[in-house]
Amino acid sequence: MVKLVKYLKPYAFGIILVLALLFGQAMCDLYLPNLMSRIIDGGVLAGRTDYILSTGLRMLFFAFLSGLAPVGVSFFGGRIAAGAAMALRRDIFAKVLSFTNAEFDKLSTASLITRSTNDVTQVQMLLLMGMGGLCYAPVMGIGGFIMAMNKSPSMGWIIGLAVLALLMAITVAYLLAAPRFELIQKLVDKLNLVSRENLSGMMVIRAFGTREYEENRFDTANKDVTKINLFINRVMVTVFPVINVIFSGTSILVIWVGSRQAASANIQIGDMMAFMQYAMQVIMSFMFIAVIFAAFVPRAAVSGARIAEVLTTESSVKDPESPKNFAPSQKGLVEFVNVSFRYHNADAYTLRDLSFTAKPGEMTAIIGPTGSGKSTAANLLMRFYDVTEGRITVEGADVREVLQHDLRQRIGYVPQKGVLLSGTVESNLKYGDPGASDEWMEKSAEIAQILGFIDEKEDRFQSEISQSGANVSGGQRQRLAIARALVKKPGIFVFDDSFSALDFKTDTTLRRALKEHTSGSTVIVIAQRVGTIMNADQILVLDKGRLVGRGTHGELLKTCPEYYEIASSQLSGEELGV
Amino acid sequence: MSGGSRPARRGPGGPHIVPGDKARDFKGSAKKLIEYMGAYKWLVLVVFILAAGAAVFAIYAPKVLARATDELVYGLFSAGGVDFTKIGRILLHTGALYLISTLVQWIQGYLMAGVTTNLTYRLRRDISQKLHRLPLSYYDATTQGEVLSRITNDVETIGVSFSQSITQVISSVATVIGITVMMLTISVTMTLVVLCTIPVTAVLAAFIIKRSQKYFKSQQEYLGHVNGHVEEMYGAHTAVKAFNGEKSSEEKFGEYNQTLYKSAWKSNFFSGLMMPATGFIGNLGYVAICLIGGYSAVRGAMTIGDIQAFIQYVRQFTHPLSQMAQVSNVLQSTAAAAERVFKFLGEEEELPEAADPKPVNRRSDAGVDIEFKDVAFGYSPDKIVINGFSAHIRPGQKIAIVGPTGAGKTTIVKLLMRFYDVSGGAVLVGGTDIREIRRGDLRALFGMVLQDAWLFNGTIADNIRYGRLGASGGDVRAAAEAAQVDHFVRTLPDGYDMILNEEAGNVSQGQKQLLTIARAILADPEVLILDEATSSVDTRTELLIQTAMDNLMHGRTSFIIAHRLSTVRNADLILVMRDGGIAEQGTHVELLQKNGFYAELYNSQFEAGVSV
Repeated sequence: MVKLVKYLKPYAFGIILVLALLFGQAMCDLYLPNLMSRIIDGGVLAGRTDYILSTGLRMLFFAFLSGLAPVGVSFFGGRIAAGAAMALRRDIFAKVLSFTNAEFDKLSTASLITRSTNDVTQVQMLLLMGMGGLCYAPVMGIGGFIMAMNKSPSMGWIIGLAVLALLMAITVAYLLAAPRFELIQKLVDKLNLVSRENLSGMMVIRAFGTREYEENRFDTANKDVTKINLFINRVMVTVFPVINVIFSGTSILVIWVGSRQAASANIQIGDMMAFMQYAMQVIMSFMFIAVIFAAFVPRAAVSGARIAEVLTTESSVKDPESPKNFAPSQKGLVEFVNVSFRYHNADAYTLRDLSFTAKPGEMTAIIGPTGSGKSTAANLLMRFYDVTEGRITVEGADVREVLQHDLRQRIGYVPQKGVLLSGTVESNLKYGDPGASDEWMEKSAEIAQILGFIDEKEDRFQSEISQSGANVSGGQRQRLAIARALVKKPGIFVFDDSFSALDFKTDTTLRRALKEHTSGSTVIVIAQRVGTIMNADQILVLDKGRLVGRGTHGELLKTCPEYYEIASSQLSGEELGV
Repeated sequence: MSGGSRPARRGPGGPHIVPGDKARDFKGSAKKLIEYMGAYKWLVLVVFILAAGAAVFAIYAPKVLARATDELVYGLFSAGGVDFTKIGRILLHTGALYLISTLVQWIQGYLMAGVTTNLTYRLRRDISQKLHRLPLSYYDATTQGEVLSRITNDVETIGVSFSQSITQVISSVATVIGITVMMLTISVTMTLVVLCTIPVTAVLAAFIIKRSQKYFKSQQEYLGHVNGHVEEMYGAHTAVKAFNGEKSSEEKFGEYNQTLYKSAWKSNFFSGLMMPATGFIGNLGYVAICLIGGYSAVRGAMTIGDIQAFIQYVRQFTHPLSQMAQVSNVLQSTAAAAERVFKFLGEEEELPEAADPKPVNRRSDAGVDIEFKDVAFGYSPDKIVINGFSAHIRPGQKIAIVGPTGAGKTTIVKLLMRFYDVSGGAVLVGGTDIREIRRGDLRALFGMVLQDAWLFNGTIADNIRYGRLGASGGDVRAAAEAAQVDHFVRTLPDGYDMILNEEAGNVSQGQKQLLTIARAILADPEVLILDEATSSVDTRTELLIQTAMDNLMHGRTSFIIAHRLSTVRNADLILVMRDGGIAEQGTHVELLQKNGFYAELYNSQFEAGVSV
């Protein structure tokens, strides 16, 4: 939380102003009961109507001032809270964009999203409250107490007693409810989980006729939630009556003690009435502070800590201070030299000692079971992670010694799941090169076998694509992602399992068209299906992070048992050529 | 709350009045909700009376307390001195009133908490049971999120409104009426002055709310944009980085962020004005009372105790008033939530079972035969995708269903298990129309292994046992062995008792599939429905799955959504699906000879391989 204070620095003047205004407001508010007591004692009891009028006019003046101050507080406070939140949001976003996969793995995407959205809102809310009630309440509480003591120091203990009783009541309620609030969140999650499972498993449940079983499962979760809800509700409905008793008890006590003091001429009646009002103000302030501290401060503090964690995390992949140049003579050349990789904190290597060269005009394929390190190789080439050992060179330069921007500019990367962005077909296809011509965009779509789909749409390239491409099928998404990479006209293509959602027929046509148009480029294909890669110039077979075979399809069938195993599970005997 | 308390300070986040959603038929929904409460509605009535009662007692107390002050003033200015016995009696009287009020309030709250939790419990239970009675076609048009929102948000809204808002409204109304009456008994003039402040406050509040709501809406809108952009960019960060999209993304975010800032501070400002504005009017009233009260007291038309009581009343007046202002909002959103819940509960359910259900008729020892007779079907009546499909399947035969993605390969399965009813023709099992068989009996014939292996949050053993709920531990183990997954399960931390967590993330996709196979094996069905797709599974697991599936299929009638060539070629019947309908049917040889869509599909995958 302390780390976030700097976001308030630009507003130092505003904050001082807000605090001053709040202080002024509290003073006015505190002065009103005092004036009222003068009306009673100096006016009513003395029978002076002129005094009543003049004091009344003063009250009016202070009431007006007290009404004016919060307008300023709202104005400056609102701007400060919103402004600090904006700066915070901007910095978090920029920071997270600089993160690579390692940081996303560590902090998790879902958590990063919450930190950039909800957590900022929490902090903003606390700031807003801090600019208002949170500062006003203590001033009011302390001021009220001073005023009350001023009226009658000997009755001060009544306020002390009331505040003590109030704090005890709130503490007991908090102790009873707080642990259950956490629990209830878990139970509600569980209830939601069962509901979701019931919906997603609808067919299975009906097929196995386990409706009753599911109903029981739901009922158990439902009962758990209900039970704890009832408890918390009952604690809550007890707290408010108790607080009421404290308030009313205080006023009765003030009159009882006050009348004794008045009888012995220690206090005037108007002062006693003013004392009562001050006592109420003090109790109200304490209640407000207690509620804020019990309900909001801890949450905002957690949010603040989570935000600070993002802001202090450094991206593990950094640009070099003096970047080197690529060698134009080696355009498209990719070289892995003894590359090993292991995740931060992991014992085992994901990739071990991988060396290969991918040349322009050739297709290099990487195949292997899940977890064999195929995608890791692509991620290292893209510099989403840095190698643990060895080095990767692109066009003659170590990827760590050039700017990330320049490196990625050279590579047309097609991620596994397509990954489209919300916008239009055009904004997606031209994402890598906004200046690309429409003709080339159309041609790329044609090569990627997606032009037919686009032509069917009324708005063609202006058709809407919803977030993460949810309104197109998996296969269409992959083909659009391929077209997007083509539009960029890169010297190097990386297809990370980019054909898996395509049916065999489309897969074949697409690959044939691709081959024609990427002839001068370096093509790296990662695949699970042998059919996709059996024509590659070189096939690398990975198993548990190690290279276990290298060669063409025909060679590998004879020399590499792992490859044969994969191939035989996917192809029939005659297709294996045996 | 009693005493001369100041107007409550602005609550957390300011009084953002969220524009509530409205019920289309307010009266109807309210009536349904009352009916739904059944016997509890009388208890609710009692609670309402108690709430009003508590308010009345609390309102009466300041008036009594005022007499103590008067007695004190009288005593101070008379020769006899202050009569403390009398003051003591009055104070005890006041204390008793407050205590009774508090007690009644507590009983009311206690009862209402019970009623509310019971109501929400029953609503959730009924919704969850309704889930299983709705036809599958209902879920074609309704998203999971919508249904979930009924169980969570809508029930929650109803619950909160019952436990807090509605009783608050009742006691607010009682308080406002009671206070008005009490104030009138003290001074008509002063009461009129106080009542005059109400329309002023209302106009001012309406003005502020109108402005504030406008900015609040746009704040919510841009918060949505900002959050949406964050979500999208974080989710797609590899693509963003790969295409150097960071800068354009930051620019777009900056625009949203800037707009959000503008509407946020305005919204903060205007909603922050609400309390000072009403507080100011309240203070004006306070001053007016001091003035008028002071004059009247000097003239002897009023006592000091009266002024004290009046001040207490005025302070209590504003809060219930502002609550009453929200009545319509609260009631509207409750009614809207109730309307959605009852609409869901009232949805048309699956067709009732046949009046005179027939047993499944096994015409041979080998099992049941299945016949599709002139079947026509469409997901909507105006779009028939299957027309005049006929096929007769003998026990033990293997039917392969092939076709490109999105061609509707599961449709036949859904008809067969009667998740959907045919639009024309009939599906016969053992010679009996399946519409004449009880659904449970029909579905008991089938075992299903689908591509998205559905497992729930429970132990592995429970998940396997799902196929036959009464199965013993030994049976579960045997099924797992047959499904090639026993070894894997035993390597897990708690073995068969390991709990699969959300989305079963601690077990790989392939192993999940093996578990669902074990489940089907345990069910020991006569007819199998299998989805072979193993796209995201590594080779070794895939081999395990194939072995397990072969074990499972042995000697059973099976419908297979086929991806493996061996399956397709050995099938007794191949159904080729295209655009939702059946494009071709026949055996592998027949279909190849036909040289149609199947032949095209089949050949395309090996074009490249011919050279090998």
